[in-house]
Amino acid sequence: MVNLFIRSLWNRRGTALLTIFSISVSVTLLLGVENIRKGVRTSFSSAVSGTDIIVGARGGSLQLLLYSIFRIGNAPNNLSWESYIEFNNDKRVKWTIPISLGDSHRGFRVLGTNQNYFKYFRYGSKKKLGFSKGKSFSKLFDAVIGSEVARNLNYQLNEDIIIAHGTGNKSFLKHDDRPFKVVGILRPTGTPVDQTVHVSLEGITAMHIDWESGAPPMEGESLSSEDILKRDLKSEEITSFLIGLKSKIHVFGLQREINTYKEEPLSAIMPGVALQELWNILRTAETGLRVISWFVLFTGLLGMLTALLSGLNERRREMAILRSVGAGPSTISFLLIFEAVFLTFTGILFGLCFLYITLFVSRPLLETYFGLFLPINPPSFNDLFLLGGIILAAMFMGIIPAFKAYRQSLVDGMTIRL
Amino acid sequence: MAETILDFKNVCFSWKNSGRELLNLPELLVKQHDHVFLQGPSGSGKSTLLALVGGILVSESGTLKVLGTEIKSLSSSARDSFRVDHIGFIFQLFNLLPYLSIEENVILPLSFSKIRSKRAGRTKIDQVKEAHRLLKALGLGEQLAEKSPVTELSVGQQQRVAAARALIGNPELIIADEPTSALDADLRHSFLDLLFSECKKAGSTLLFVSHDSSLSELFKRKISMDEINNKVN
Repeated sequence: MVNLFIRSLWNRRGTALLTIFSISVSVTLLLGVENIRKGVRTSFSSAVSGTDIIVGARGGSLQLLLYSIFRIGNAPNNLSWESYIEFNNDKRVKWTIPISLGDSHRGFRVLGTNQNYFKYFRYGSKKKLGFSKGKSFSKLFDAVIGSEVARNLNYQLNEDIIIAHGTGNKSFLKHDDRPFKVVGILRPTGTPVDQTVHVSLEGITAMHIDWESGAPPMEGESLSSEDILKRDLKSEEITSFLIGLKSKIHVFGLQREINTYKEEPLSAIMPGVALQELWNILRTAETGLRVISWFVLFTGLLGMLTALLSGLNERRREMAILRSVGAGPSTISFLLIFEAVFLTFTGILFGLCFLYITLFVSRPLLETYFGLFLPINPPSFNDLFLLGGIILAAMFMGIIPAFKAYRQSLVDGMTIRL
Repeated sequence: MAETILDFKNVCFSWKNSGRELLNLPELLVKQHDHVFLQGPSGSGKSTLLALVGGILVSESGTLKVLGTEIKSLSSSARDSFRVDHIGFIFQLFNLLPYLSIEENVILPLSFSKIRSKRAGRTKIDQVKEAHRLLKALGLGEQLAEKSPVTELSVGQQQRVAAARALIGNPELIIADEPTSALDADLRHSFLDLLFSECKKAGSTLLFVSHDSSLSELFKRKISMDEINNKVN
């Protein structure tokens, strides 16, 4: 019986393969969308952890989260060093990490900070940053680069890099008079840290010394690096800062205080809350994608139904012969349901193969171009449930041709009336 | 005393929706080892009669016993297995599954019938041997050895494969429904000769249905549908 089924299907392998292919493509799409959705979420959620409050100039909370953590977009304004020191010295605060943005190196953002960054910044499940090579910056023109920067630009330690003013890839204004030297390369984290060039706050100030309102100094007026070293390089402004508290109890109190700070208009956000806001925005897009992939799956199953139904007429002879050798109408209809389930099941298996191949191939690309780190996991319980549902749906769809075949073989009996 | 293979008494059949009577058979008796030629033009109720014997259709009145079993008393799945256990069919055309080999086509009924499977051989190998024996006896040794696909066989060869399939496992009754109408005249006779001798060896009764009366002289017993069918038109 099984042999018969396989041989019969093999005889119609062209249509069968197309059906399997279309089902596998839709399964790949369905699970792929699900995977990317989860990947995006974990990627975003793991970018920052252990930080209680993010502070920036007054603006939208999502915007603040995006530019301070994900290096997406720009800050509307800076905040003063005095404000930073004020909250840094607050007795409820355990640590702060200052962040100064605005420059870039060949498309990668440059972030000015201090040693706290390497000491207190956490990502993923409270993981600390580590060095794969070298060490943290100690001199004025030292830089620490993320793993992706190193990989992508093929940088080694002691490489001289020139930082461009502004954040575009093709910035015309370059701080080429003050090159930085790579002293450390961070271990991969799967977060935006990998794509960041870290320098000291003083380094940022030094780069911009004698720049007037965002324009480089005139010819001959620029100071030599030796002169700069003699200057007082205290920062006047930073872009934002992260706060870790001694106790979570103070989160709301401090947040309110910062938001109502008299000296300067500031915004304080909790990363989790801002992420939630992000999910709400993304949800529409996610739903859209999911609906599309469901429709693709539906089309795939419908294609199978069409193939089975249109094949019935050509298979009347086959069914009449089977009836003459003792197959009952129920056996024949069972064959059709089984065929639907078999095709779908095979389609799902192929789909899973496609999916994992695609994930493996696209992972480095997604990581490089979108900073999106897709975790490759075996299908979750949820996925399996979904796939089980698809097989069930196929079974129900198989009932339609099966019923038709049942009626047909009752009427036809052993002789075909064509 | 020969056993009764077919026993019709007052069997009536008409389509439920049209009410038109297709078959009204007061009596028909076929004994074991008979070779019966059932002749009649199309529309004379031949196909209906065969469908009733095969248990595809069920009569509405009268009794129809096949090998002493009242067909009507069986459930539909029991009729399906009864059919394969006791009857081998050969049809006019399109008898073979194109995706199976010659020998696989022959042993096809064995996977649906335990009785015939046992008779054909204890093991799968024995059954295949039996299939080969039948095919060789029917003059298909060469095609078998060459493993020709069934789609490349001539119509006459295909009909002989179908005969081997009907005969395997020695069913009590062989029903041949116009098996020769697609064959040339000289092929018809040789096909019939082979069929007769193999039926005799297998001990099977043969019910041969045709509209072609020229073949009737080869049979001991001839029945004309028009004479036995009392349907009202």
